[in-house]
Amino acid sequence: MSDSAHAAEAHTETAHAVHRHPAPTGFIAKYVFSVDHKVIGKQYWFLALFASFMGMALSLWFRWHLAYPEQGLLTPEGYLAILTMHGTIMVFMVLTTAPQGGFGNYALPIQIGAEDMAFPRLNMLSFWLTLLSLIILLAAFFVGYDAKNWVPGPGSGWTGYAPLSVVEKAQAGKSGAWPQTMWVLSIAVFCLASLIASINFIVTTLDLRCKGMTLMRMPLTVWAWFVTAIISLLAFGVLLAGGLLLLLDRHLGTSFFVPGNLFIDNRVVTEHTGGSPLLWQHLFWFFGHPEVYIAILPGMGLASHLLANFARKPIFGYAAMVYAIFAIALLGFFVWGHHMFQSGMHPMTAVVFSVLTMIIGVPSAIKTFNWLGTLWNSKIRFDSPMLYALGFVSLFVTGGLGGIFLGQNAADVYFHDTYFVVGHFHMIMGVAAIFGIFAGSVYWFPKMFGRMMNERMSQIHFFATFIGVYLIFVPMHFVGLDGHPRRYAGFEFAFLKTPEMIAWHKVMTHGAIMTAVAQLVLLVNIFYSLFNGPKAPANPWEATSLEWGIPSPPPHDNFAGVIPVVNHGPYEYSVPGAPRDFIMQTDAPDILRHSSSQTAHIPVPTNTSASEKFPTLPPESSSDAGGSSGAAGGGSAPSDSGSTHA
Amino acid sequence: MDAAVAEAHVAALQGEDAHAAEPFRMSAVKFAMWLFLASEVMFFAGLLGSYLVLRFSHANQFSEEALALNWPLATLNTVVLIGSSLTMALAVSAAQAGQAPRTARFLGFTFVLGVVFLVVKAIEYSTKIHHGIVPSMSLFYASYFTMTGCHALHLIGGLVPVTVVGLRALRGRVDGGKVELVGLYWHFVDLVWIFLFPLLYLI
Repeated sequence: MSDSAHAAEAHTETAHAVHRHPAPTGFIAKYVFSVDHKVIGKQYWFLALFASFMGMALSLWFRWHLAYPEQGLLTPEGYLAILTMHGTIMVFMVLTTAPQGGFGNYALPIQIGAEDMAFPRLNMLSFWLTLLSLIILLAAFFVGYDAKNWVPGPGSGWTGYAPLSVVEKAQAGKSGAWPQTMWVLSIAVFCLASLIASINFIVTTLDLRCKGMTLMRMPLTVWAWFVTAIISLLAFGVLLAGGLLLLLDRHLGTSFFVPGNLFIDNRVVTEHTGGSPLLWQHLFWFFGHPEVYIAILPGMGLASHLLANFARKPIFGYAAMVYAIFAIALLGFFVWGHHMFQSGMHPMTAVVFSVLTMIIGVPSAIKTFNWLGTLWNSKIRFDSPMLYALGFVSLFVTGGLGGIFLGQNAADVYFHDTYFVVGHFHMIMGVAAIFGIFAGSVYWFPKMFGRMMNERMSQIHFFATFIGVYLIFVPMHFVGLDGHPRRYAGFEFAFLKTPEMIAWHKVMTHGAIMTAVAQLVLLVNIFYSLFNGPKAPANPWEATSLEWGIPSPPPHDNFAGVIPVVNHGPYEYSVPGAPRDFIMQTDAPDILRHSSSQTAHIPVPTNTSASEKFPTLPPESSSDAGGSSGAAGGGSAPSDSGSTHA
Repeated sequence: MDAAVAEAHVAALQGEDAHAAEPFRMSAVKFAMWLFLASEVMFFAGLLGSYLVLRFSHANQFSEEALALNWPLATLNTVVLIGSSLTMALAVSAAQAGQAPRTARFLGFTFVLGVVFLVVKAIEYSTKIHHGIVPSMSLFYASYFTMTGCHALHLIGGLVPVTVVGLRALRGRVDGGKVELVGLYWHFVDLVWIFLFPLLYLI
């Protein structure tokens, strides 16, 4: 608490006030209605875990139907409903909650040396609103129940295009108005939760950094969460406005998004007239494109963090990485039109959007080349977090290549609304971000739960998933090139019913099944390791950032009342002359000058002795000149062998 | 790490900003309020943008229908709301000077003016509905009711904290920071009306 003297009076009312009280003892106060950022982070993480398996099960359902449509597993309207629920659950409840709400909540305050978020109660509120949003969304499965022709959900797709999402008759089946209304309500509540959370993240990052944690000493993970929060702050408000107008159109009879003389089911729609379906698309994609970066930026930050960590090298071009994050975020607000090239857009406007879209390739390439530069000439430790991080880079590049084609408005005439689009965005926004989530889960699991995950199971899971997702999504590009439209519940057109097309769909489906089985390995790994994993040392990955200088799991106020002081940048790996191959951010400032006499300045976590019980790490230590053999505990005395470079 | 070591580390931070926090010399809650207002700006930008897009494609229809709006009442409301911003600003300066009775008085004026605005708005609404003018009637009235409705709800939301800090000031407890926060929000709601008034009633 010693650093609170320079903090504003407001701090004493918010984060610091929480820790004047002793840690909560009862189960409910500790794990359910908690204001502790670590517990809230885990709550978000478990919510996303549940939602991701839910979304995956739905995808298997319609994936099987696409390979074997003759079995009649789904009606066309049922197919659309399941597809909508899959997309909405995955985008909002997994890709938005896990990287930001989960890992951001858990690790950001610790990585900047804060005891909690700036507004712990608002933090709790945003989690509970997110949970409420999930419950409302899941209700959409059931509110349209009809014994004869039950359509389990709304049929508008996750993008909710009007008039499909407004005019009840436009959707097939007898599900009635409520599934789509539940969908809108869920999105609106999610917007509120995200707005509250984003305010909290921004204030925390700028106001609660400990002494010495200057902006350019923040880990790239923190930069990514910070910029993601800025994007959320500016994007979700617009979606909220769009959702409100959609709700009014549905239930107050307004016509913001419904044009006149609409002809549906052999009948002219007279209830609505004069509105603009394009208006919804503008409002939605003004949010929707930044949402892509909300999903992927935390993964980029984490990939940068892990590549440096496991390549044992400083991140290549730290400042360029920071500026690239900002450039991506800024440009992300000016390219929403590339989702609407075929919706009726002036070709000149389309060219502007197209050029801006291409420019995003520049900061993306900066990041990619810096990742490769970090790996260049390094002795990589292929621990499972690193595998997932490398997988992220691979999927990001592969998915990004598809974007070069789709971003050109002329080429998009052909690619638009085909499986090419589905393959592209699943690669780059879906599984790349998911690999970021995998990486974060495996990397921080020891810190979060105090136990190591099983390395072999993680590796099996990685390779099976990595091959599996390529098997699903690369063929999607081929099928799209052959002209298969997305959101069709089968092979409606004769020209689609070629043996090649059917074969590719079977490949994708079997890839999906393989991927799903691999996720069971992950699930078993998580729940087995939660209770039976070997006790985690404080710093199993020999990392530099602040969370690895405290015990696993950390005490209630993170630093046991002693706010750390930061003396080093976040990526000081393999520094010549250092006593070991990494310098923690809290190490003494003059650690390079007298390597052995200064060891007393290194904070020694309390559970370093547990490192002996964890024999498998670090695997590369014998070949590492950094002398890490005795340093698995992070704060334990460094060996002198590393100083031979000096 | 004990305190002495920590002090030594701070001393070693030559040329580094040891006080990383508070980049804008602003309390955390005030900063959060500004961020909240930024998100509100985006929300109303979504509504206003939608209105403008629809208006551009239905220019004549919108202009004709706008003639039916009661612009004298709206002008009165504009004056009332700007007056409430004035009393709110006076309340903030009184609160920062620690003058509890003065703060309570001006917050009371602000509250009354806010209620007057809502009453006038209610008269406008009920007259419209009485004449069969409802949101589903046309795109213009859909926009009108949506935007003024959102604004009125924000105003009602603003009356709650005005009441809370006002009652505290009545009991002699005044916190300049808190009143300023309420003031920031109040001025924002006022500012939204400054955009709505010409766009709906005057053009």
